[in-house]
Amino acid sequence: MQAIQVFAEHYNYVVTIFLMMAGLYIVIARGNMIKKLIGLSIFQTSVYLLYITPAKIIGGTAPILDPAFKVYSNPLPHVLILTAIVVGVATLALGLALVVRIKEAYGTVDEDEIFAKDGEQ
Amino acid sequence: MTALLRPDCLVLASMIIPLVAALVIPVFHNRSNLREGVTLIAAVLLCATVWSLLPGVMAGKPPSYDVVEVLPGVALAFKIEPLGMLFGLIASTLWIVNSVYSIGYMRAHNEPRQTTYYVCFAIALASTMGVAFAKNLFTLFLFYELLTISTYPLVTHNRDSKSMSSGRLYLMLLLGTSMLLFLPAIIATFVLAGTTDFAPGGILAGKAGTTTLIVLLALFAFGIGKAAVMPLHFWLPAAMVAPTPVSALLHAVAVVKAGVFCVAKIVLYVFGLDSLSGSGANVWLVYLATACIVGASLIALSRGNLKARLAYSTVSQLAYVVLGAALATSAGLLGGALQIAMHAVGKITLFFCAGAIYIATHKTEIKQLDGIGRTMPFTMLAFLIGSLSIIGIPPLGGTWSKWYLALAAADAGFLIVVGALMVSSLLNVAYLLSIVGRAFFLPPRPDDDDHGHGNGHGHANGHAEGGIHEAPLACVIPLSLTALGCIVLFFQIDNITALLAPAAAGK
Amino acid sequence: MTAISAQLPALQVVLPLLGAVLAALMRRGTPAFALTLAISWTLPFISGALLYQTLTGDPISYRLGGWEPPFGIEYRVDVLNAFVLMLVSSVGAVILPFAHRSVASEIDEDKHAWFYCMYLLCLAGLLGIAITGDAFNAFVFLEISSLATYVLIALGRDRRALLSAFQYLIVGTIGATLYVLGVGLIYLVTGTLNMHDLSTRLVEAYAVYPQPVLAGLAFIVVGVGLKLALFPMHVWLPNAYAYAPSVVSAFLAATATKVAVYLLIRFSFGVFGKAVAFPTLTVTDLIVGLSIAAMFVGAAAAVYQTDLKRMLAYSSVSQIGYITLGVGLANQAGLTGGIVHLANHAIMKAALFLALGAAVYRIGTCKLNDLSGIGRRMPLTMTAFAIAGFGLIGTPGTAGFISKWYLALGSLEVGGWPLLLAIVASSMIAVVYVGRVVEVMWFREESPHVKGASEAPLAMLLPILVLAAATVYFGFDTRATAGIATRAAEMLIGGLR
Repeated sequence: MQAIQVFAEHYNYVVTIFLMMAGLYIVIARGNMIKKLIGLSIFQTSVYLLYITPAKIIGGTAPILDPAFKVYSNPLPHVLILTAIVVGVATLALGLALVVRIKEAYGTVDEDEIFAKDGEQ
Repeated sequence: MTALLRPDCLVLASMIIPLVAALVIPVFHNRSNLREGVTLIAAVLLCATVWSLLPGVMAGKPPSYDVVEVLPGVALAFKIEPLGMLFGLIASTLWIVNSVYSIGYMRAHNEPRQTTYYVCFAIALASTMGVAFAKNLFTLFLFYELLTISTYPLVTHNRDSKSMSSGRLYLMLLLGTSMLLFLPAIIATFVLAGTTDFAPGGILAGKAGTTTLIVLLALFAFGIGKAAVMPLHFWLPAAMVAPTPVSALLHAVAVVKAGVFCVAKIVLYVFGLDSLSGSGANVWLVYLATACIVGASLIALSRGNLKARLAYSTVSQLAYVVLGAALATSAGLLGGALQIAMHAVGKITLFFCAGAIYIATHKTEIKQLDGIGRTMPFTMLAFLIGSLSIIGIPPLGGTWSKWYLALAAADAGFLIVVGALMVSSLLNVAYLLSIVGRAFFLPPRPDDDDHGHGNGHGHANGHAEGGIHEAPLACVIPLSLTALGCIVLFFQIDNITALLAPAAAGK
Repeated sequence: MTAISAQLPALQVVLPLLGAVLAALMRRGTPAFALTLAISWTLPFISGALLYQTLTGDPISYRLGGWEPPFGIEYRVDVLNAFVLMLVSSVGAVILPFAHRSVASEIDEDKHAWFYCMYLLCLAGLLGIAITGDAFNAFVFLEISSLATYVLIALGRDRRALLSAFQYLIVGTIGATLYVLGVGLIYLVTGTLNMHDLSTRLVEAYAVYPQPVLAGLAFIVVGVGLKLALFPMHVWLPNAYAYAPSVVSAFLAATATKVAVYLLIRFSFGVFGKAVAFPTLTVTDLIVGLSIAAMFVGAAAAVYQTDLKRMLAYSSVSQIGYITLGVGLANQAGLTGGIVHLANHAIMKAALFLALGAAVYRIGTCKLNDLSGIGRRMPLTMTAFAIAGFGLIGTPGTAGFISKWYLALGSLEVGGWPLLLAIVASSMIAVVYVGRVVEVMWFREESPHVKGASEAPLAMLLPILVLAAATVYFGFDTRATAGIATRAAEMLIGGLR
């Protein structure tokens, strides 16, 4: 019973950890470079979640000062993560661009095949 | 101008002169006369500079020069104490002789890469001066390493696979021991004593227990690979692949003497004679040095190649210096310091002779030397004088160093060591005089072809059967001079001991 | 004048950032090069002024956008990061004249302007990491520099450059993400991102929530460890350096890993120092252990490389081990050694990579055997290579000796003889890999590739010679390196409780 309660109270964190591990696993275990990038994105997403979770105050509003509201959500993590998302998108875009070039150069996006090709030289 | 001639500036000049020469020599890459001229001028200038420093040292006013404080408490600085003065004098004077000899040898041989050769030689001499005049362990170490690196191209001069692998051994052993043992010892000394500056009485005196002293002494003794203390001696025979003038100056004088000189200087100014002998931390080194003396002599006896035999003889003779330092008494140190000088002059003579024989006849093995005294009388006479000096027979310089060493060993109660010294002298007789005996008394072997170049008839007066066939004059004159030097040193002993006395007294 | 001098911290980053945009707009290589040259030669003067101010006065605090710290982003310059700024901007400036010809020969013409754009962007990112006093801002700059780095590496001629860039992208992103995760954890328990503020608030937070703080430290150390290629997280580095264009290898080896080390030092001493007494944690033992492993593994791997850029890359792994060893020792002498080696290694490695770059420019290869006998063809370049190589070994009279001296003193203070022996023993391996190359370059017969090669052009030669001369100069005059490093270490150690 207690376990379920802990799980429920930390639901977001559990998801964070799951996404993190899943992302990392994909990065490590998959040879396909596109899949690696997907894994990387999932991994990054878990961190977004970690920041956002505590920033959302239940019952809180957007931090616009008004006498009617007393409880605000913390805006800073949201802003930070907005930046992090931009960074993540840039990384993903660059990664995909590299994959395109690798595909042109090697004719495949699978790491094992690429290593095999470089080994032949 | 006169300010530049102050002794303190001259100290610096003794390193700068050869370094400038090293920069100028490549300019005359294709003009060999000018190139060798630069070398000779630098050698003469250096020698004059070093000699001009002598009065100051004798008067008890050692010239010194602090260049820059590299780290807190660690400076690049020079100060001339008696031991270093003597070493500097020997090395710089012999450079002139050796340069003349080099010119004769290299030209007679049409050796390639002569520019590199002279450049490296000049750098090596600058490093030797730095080692001699170092004021502290850091400066000493700096020039010690520079000496190793600058002599590497000389050892590998032939560039064939044999000399390259010997060069690798040379570099790895000397750099290896210095980095793995010497450097930690310096750092430990710095930590214990708070300074690396040499000071009479020893900077470690009263700052370390006996065990620490033993460890440090071992680190220094083995870390200074150039001293060729067994079992770290084998780089020296390997380095004999170098051209003979290199073997002569570097592996009889500059490099190996830098090694034993470092050992002596460290015992004197880092450990302190009294504190070392009082702690008993030196006993093991006394026995090890004695074992080296006899052991290396025995190996020398078994070598059939002339240069190899001389190399092992050097290993043995170097151990005399180490022995003198290890005894850690005034007489022992005096004997060791004298040995640095006496052996240098004696051994360079022998190497010059070996080179002269090689140039004139292309012979390298001792058994080929039967009867060679008849065609090369001057060379072999010089060889005889050099041998006698190394054995220690009056009236030759080597007498004194052996005398003081035996005295010191007896004083310190090491009777076995005295016995070993006698045995070693007998072995010296056996391995050196047997060569002279062959040369003068055995008939030439019929199968010996004369490979002489014919361009070296310095003394062609056609007297003996087959005629006198010496090496070029530029080779014969230097070796005659150094042989003469062995005799002169015998009579100059008072002056030398006067120079060394303050150091040996531990003041 | 005072108006400008008050804005120096911002200019340090803004100049290269704007320059990058302009360079991209220029589209052609030569004007972009001229612009980059002008900017990169201005930066050292800015960081020099900052360094001077911090050395003579208090740390500089600059409020970006006028927001009060700890709410706004603060640029905080003290002796340590002024030193790093000086190092990065100077190396960036010295290397650049080399770039023009090297880039022209190694990179397609239509990409030249992009190259300089990325170069400036990378420089801006690295300087930003060093100057910022905000933990999250550091992440942003880390990613700016990293993204630029990936592009720079991918510009290499070999198709394996693409692969290396991709691999580095994956590893680098994981590292940065772990870092930001660690920052997130400590933000959760302290509510601040300002490093200076964090250092005091963490004391309270650690008392209440020890685990998140320690976890945060762990994530940051690992994340930064990936970026600085701490063994065993170094695997990306050799490929990245080997296949990148020559200038890029030199630039990255000299600056990128150094800035990551700075971040490690800043966090372990400056941010966490007061709260968790970093030197007493087992993490320091771990860092010392990994550093020693790096020193040996990196050096041993370097011995077996035939591609010399790869060899230097492995040597970097080994040399980074020395730096992190100083961090792990966490005492005055050790930390001084680590910080001073930061600078010394940057100088030496830049010289080595540039010398190889000059060889690549002349003969198109940097395989060991192809370079045999090149010493006689390019004597100045290869003399510089040899001198910088001796620096790596730690020969007295070179900058490398100074670092080793301090590290050895630091080791004797804590670990005694074994650490000292490890330091000297690993330098022996450096003797092998440096000696091997020098032997081939100078003492072997000329290879067919080398025939007809001549000395590098002046614009390439000068940076190499300047760096080699600096290697020797900083072996004797250590006021600018060890002197400042000592003060930085004093400040960091003094900041611990």
